[in-house]
Amino acid sequence: MPKQKEAVRSFADVDFEEGAMTEFVPDPNQEVVLSVRDLDVGFMVRGKKTHVIRNINLDIYKGKTLAIVGESGSGKSVFTKTFTGMLESNGFISNGTIMFEGQDLAKFTTNEEWTPIRGKKIATIFQDPMTSLNPLLSIGYQISEVLIIHRGMTKEEARAEAIDLLGKVKIPHPEERYDDKPFQFSGGMRQRAVIAIALACNPEILICDEPTTALDVTVQSQIIDLIKELQKEYGWTTIFITHDLGVVANVADNVAVMYGGQIVEYGTIEDVFYHPEHPYTWALLCSLPQLGTKEEPLAFIRGNPPSFGEEIVGDAFAPRSAYAMNIDFVREPPIFKISDTHWAKTWLLSKYAPKVEKPLVIQELHERMKRAAQELANQEGGDYGQED
Amino acid sequence: MAKKTDDSQQEVKNSTPSVAQAQPLSKKEAAKAAKKQREVIEKNLKPATEDLDIFEANKVESEPLIKMRDVKISFKMGTMERIVINHLNLDINRGEILGLVGESGSGKTTIGRALIRVNKVTDGEILYDNVPISGKIPRSREKLLKTKIQMVFQDPGDSLNERANIDYIVSEGLRANHLFKDEAERMQKVQDIMQRVGLRVEFLSRFPHEFSGGQRQRIGIARCMVMNPEFVIADEPISALDVSIRAQILNLIKEFQQERNMTVLFIAHDLSVVRYISDRIAVIYAGNIVELTEANRLFEVPLHPYTKSLLTAVPIPDPSVEKKKKIVVYNPREVHHYMRSDPPKLVEIEPGHWVRCDSKEKEQYEVELKEKIAKLEAQKRADEEAARLKAAKSSEKGEDSHA
Repeated sequence: MPKQKEAVRSFADVDFEEGAMTEFVPDPNQEVVLSVRDLDVGFMVRGKKTHVIRNINLDIYKGKTLAIVGESGSGKSVFTKTFTGMLESNGFISNGTIMFEGQDLAKFTTNEEWTPIRGKKIATIFQDPMTSLNPLLSIGYQISEVLIIHRGMTKEEARAEAIDLLGKVKIPHPEERYDDKPFQFSGGMRQRAVIAIALACNPEILICDEPTTALDVTVQSQIIDLIKELQKEYGWTTIFITHDLGVVANVADNVAVMYGGQIVEYGTIEDVFYHPEHPYTWALLCSLPQLGTKEEPLAFIRGNPPSFGEEIVGDAFAPRSAYAMNIDFVREPPIFKISDTHWAKTWLLSKYAPKVEKPLVIQELHERMKRAAQELANQEGGDYGQED
Repeated sequence: MAKKTDDSQQEVKNSTPSVAQAQPLSKKEAAKAAKKQREVIEKNLKPATEDLDIFEANKVESEPLIKMRDVKISFKMGTMERIVINHLNLDINRGEILGLVGESGSGKTTIGRALIRVNKVTDGEILYDNVPISGKIPRSREKLLKTKIQMVFQDPGDSLNERANIDYIVSEGLRANHLFKDEAERMQKVQDIMQRVGLRVEFLSRFPHEFSGGQRQRIGIARCMVMNPEFVIADEPISALDVSIRAQILNLIKEFQQERNMTVLFIAHDLSVVRYISDRIAVIYAGNIVELTEANRLFEVPLHPYTKSLLTAVPIPDPSVEKKKKIVVYNPREVHHYMRSDPPKLVEIEPGHWVRCDSKEKEQYEVELKEKIAKLEAQKRADEEAARLKAAKSSEKGEDSHA
């Protein structure tokens, strides 16, 4: 891929930011549950301040599923941890607001403030169910504990409710499994139990932090289906953190692509998969093994994501991007609006940027995938529904 | 000795009557027969010569590198015996990448570990270049074998010694097998391999915790490849990695394989990954291989219900496809009705395509296969037709524009 060269010599001459988004307005057709503005998060590491989340603006819509995608180290987990006040003790919010039900979560400091929100209104499912469950306590106890604390139930009521919940997440014979310890459950079953705990308080927002990364593909698809099913029933809002774009395609309504502590592209699922505009999104899509053919080596992203503590100048992705222009190394790109639901943070969208061809794989993505789907549709049982 | 016979009798009592026990031989007799058989094999082996080791002396270039014959692997828990792998017959051809796919607990890792003698083989033979490598073998042969087989592990964090620097980790195998003449040669080998896997030579003095997941997996691969192995077992080498790094590691393994014409057993639970990298794919369920064929063929004409269910579980990065799909859940009790008189076997249903089925299912699969091939061919013809039309159209257009 050829490196694009910027034709203009001096950046001061031209207003490259022409047409960029100056104000962040949520989609008027949607109801906003949680709204993040100008959020900055830092960490104190060995007496040095590091900048981990850099100026994030995001609206989360009610009843929808937002997927946050990015490599490890892009800050996706740190970002969502600020919603429940679970930042590590050396982390702090240095700027910005997180508005939820009229309260600014960014200002919360004490546990007393957090308790009515954390777990009750905003619940989290973590990647590894074994570390989020207490190995010494029975699964049933860990569910009823939540019911007793947050919903004020008596022990007996909580037990009945917990058994009910275990049934809801499709654990067979819930009465018998109530007293089992986590180690007696398989990985998929454990994750179901964790979902039951999250369900216990009927949360407004459910944050799923890579809930299926540690699981087998077959179990993964079952867990995802379960989360989707329960979401329909309970009507909560899901934030789905993952690095697997296949999973994203399945669950998400909206997608936020994160890189270097920023959201670099945001849009509906169709926007991001069929009309991606940021080079990082292209690179992510290109590197999927599903798209690989035997003849050519898989595309991959060169280099490493920026490590924390590094001062980022310009576009964070520029050093790894084949489409980087000179300006990318000097000035941070603003947000360019593509449509009402779709924006991206890249200089390529500037009026003055040279027109760039997207990688062939991206152009062909839908074609290739349709062919793959057809292949699968040829098998009985796999009801994929033909594209019209 | 007395204790040993006791054990074997107990085994007979406790082992559940299964299809495998159709043979009339008792355990003791079977063991005797196996011993005799092994003696015959060992007798017929050509001895090692000065410039050829025992494996090379018995190597037949046209035959598979690894042959597994009726392999059974079981674990004993007290008096209970749990059979993990039963009657496994699998050949791994020279210079191929064989993908082994199955869910956790299906025994795929156990097979890999049995090949490097970490797990004991209870019954049957594993032959490497026609030389037995399972059960009791001479010490020298075991040592030699371990220079030929190397492993890449799943979790690059856990599989590297935290307290050793990279130099030590990468050259440990060389040291253990005295594969260098002097320090200069060792350094040369280690530095070459570091550059080859895309790591800087300065990294040699660092420790594993200083590296990212992808880099650690590169170190794991360097440690494996520095031994110049003939056969590599890659046990879910990319499951713990990010999607963007997965591609790099997959490319690296493939490059090495092509460059050195190695044989690779690639273990994974995700079919999409395996399709890209492997030549043949074996699907394993509960210790049995249920389907084995050429990689693309498996996707074109999957026959076994478990393979189909695995295929539907693969996430597809296209929302319009993914949101409509339904997962097929495989439940062996519902699908199969095996009789003791007609045990399921791995049957070759078309050349190079093996499916585990009983005689009734075999007929079904044959019909299904015919239908699918017909469908495929029809589609191919339609595709070609469409391509031709498109080409014709574009050439017309081209003429128009010229005019």
